[in-house]
Amino acid sequence: MKKHLLSVENIGRTFGGFKALEGITVNFEQNKVTAVIGPNGAGKSTFFNVLSGVLTPSSGRIAYKGKDLTGTPQHRFVHLGIARSYQITNIFPLLTVHENARVAAQAMHSRYNIWSNRERLKDLDEKADAALNAVGLHGCRDAVAKFLAHGQQRALEIAVALVADPQLLLLDEPTAGMGPEETKDMVALIERLAAERTILLVEHKMKMILGLSDRILVLHHGKLIADGSPQQIQSDPEVRRVYLGQSHGYA
Amino acid sequence: MTNINPIASPLASAGRAPATLATAGGWRAQLVKWRVPLSILALCLLPWVLPSKALAVNVLIYGVVCVGYNLLFGYTGLLSFGHAAFFGTGAYITGITIVHFGLPWYAAVMLGVLGGGLLALVIGALSIRTRGIYFSMVTLALAQLVYYVALQASNWTGGENGLRGFTVSKIDIFGLHINFLDPLQKYYVLMAFAGLALWFVSRILNSPFGAVIEAIRENETRARACGYNVERAKLMSFTLSGLICALAGTLSAMHLAIVPLDSLHYQTSGMIVMMTLLGGAGSFFGPFVGALAFLLMEDVFSIWTSHWQIVVGSVFILFVLFLPKGIWGALLAWRASK
Repeated sequence: MKKHLLSVENIGRTFGGFKALEGITVNFEQNKVTAVIGPNGAGKSTFFNVLSGVLTPSSGRIAYKGKDLTGTPQHRFVHLGIARSYQITNIFPLLTVHENARVAAQAMHSRYNIWSNRERLKDLDEKADAALNAVGLHGCRDAVAKFLAHGQQRALEIAVALVADPQLLLLDEPTAGMGPEETKDMVALIERLAAERTILLVEHKMKMILGLSDRILVLHHGKLIADGSPQQIQSDPEVRRVYLGQSHGYA
Repeated sequence: MTNINPIASPLASAGRAPATLATAGGWRAQLVKWRVPLSILALCLLPWVLPSKALAVNVLIYGVVCVGYNLLFGYTGLLSFGHAAFFGTGAYITGITIVHFGLPWYAAVMLGVLGGGLLALVIGALSIRTRGIYFSMVTLALAQLVYYVALQASNWTGGENGLRGFTVSKIDIFGLHINFLDPLQKYYVLMAFAGLALWFVSRILNSPFGAVIEAIRENETRARACGYNVERAKLMSFTLSGLICALAGTLSAMHLAIVPLDSLHYQTSGMIVMMTLLGGAGSFFGPFVGALAFLLMEDVFSIWTSHWQIVVGSVFILFVLFLPKGIWGALLAWRASK
């Protein structure tokens, strides 16, 4: 059997009686960009929350590099190599841009040391600056995060996830709320990141997804209804019926 | 936090922030660097500027409690309503080990600190599973449990009358013979412990762990997604905070030579919260300023009226409404904006 970076076996997640996810089986290979699409309420966010450890699946299992991750607490995921960004910007608002990235970098090094001086951990500064460079935020490294423009905050959101040098990066609507110019920058950034990482993203902007992804998964009512290349997805009649037909409205 | 308008949100404001930080950075960085010596210097002067030595000792003791409490409340962002439990337990263990076991004062202090810290570990482990108001209520309930244990176990604690019958009258340390009955000598002995606590807290705040608790205060969800075990860090902060409050309790026992049951009462917990907020939660020296302001108000207004709490309460409400950063926090912000 071929070894996958991440394999999801028959996972389901229920909230009370509601089945948010049902019987999803899918494998992810290294260094590919996969997009997850589906109408609102299709279970995309739940799927992401399960893959990033925020939620434990009600059934099925997840394995990363052959290791069973089901039930692993969320904070362990980053250490294993899975990091995520959030749909609603989720940064440390009162810290500077650099401090945001630095405290994220510190999680890989020192978590409970109450004795040494944090300023002495110089390699954290380098790691933080490298991540800020990668997303093009080095120019405002000393700005307080809450004062950044929306697009910059979205970039910082990704930098904070990137600092851990994850192999698998989960991006939840990275261009949410962005205008066309900012979206273009974000697409270029994701393309750069995709060169050496496996990326999984949730998005609504169809044009962007078709250009960016190697593979698209379509969720509908918590079930995986299609899985294939952008061309295959575009010509899939079932997908056209539930999603693409209406998506031109918000593309 | 998220800007509504993605395009028009001004880049200019992002550029302005480092400018203000740069101007503020110089003296602010110096203040942070020298905060422990400066704080100790201020404490050295305290008995000479306050109307009575007894007031100075009280400021010292409650200042240490609030510094410990501030670690949890101001820096980690957890509002505990039960910190009197650690203060009181520190005091009781010190008293009990002296009265019932005849231990020397230093052993009694050490056991008091450890016992209070251990209790904080247990109460922390139970309360940290909950969040927000539930967390506050669980800490309050567990602290009340400790209060009633002390009330019932009167053979050990003296029950309602408090624990009496021990006096630390002289301390021999490093060849020095200190007369503990002399108010000024006593003050400086207790101040040495307070200085130690301040240095310890400053060390924690400067440490990598200090960055972790601030990250948790800022955004718990993100801290977890960054790979921090949030529950464990909170428990550690809770325990460290309890250790320092317990130290203050042991100092109180040595100072008063009795342990009143009130030191475990929820009013004491409430007072700790009030003092910390009054001085400025999340600032290093703020808790001392808060303890000073509170006790000074009590001292002054209780001469005029037995209902001094009405005045203090009103002042507190005004602060929460108009100076939410507290006295010290507002001073720092005012200085930074100039």
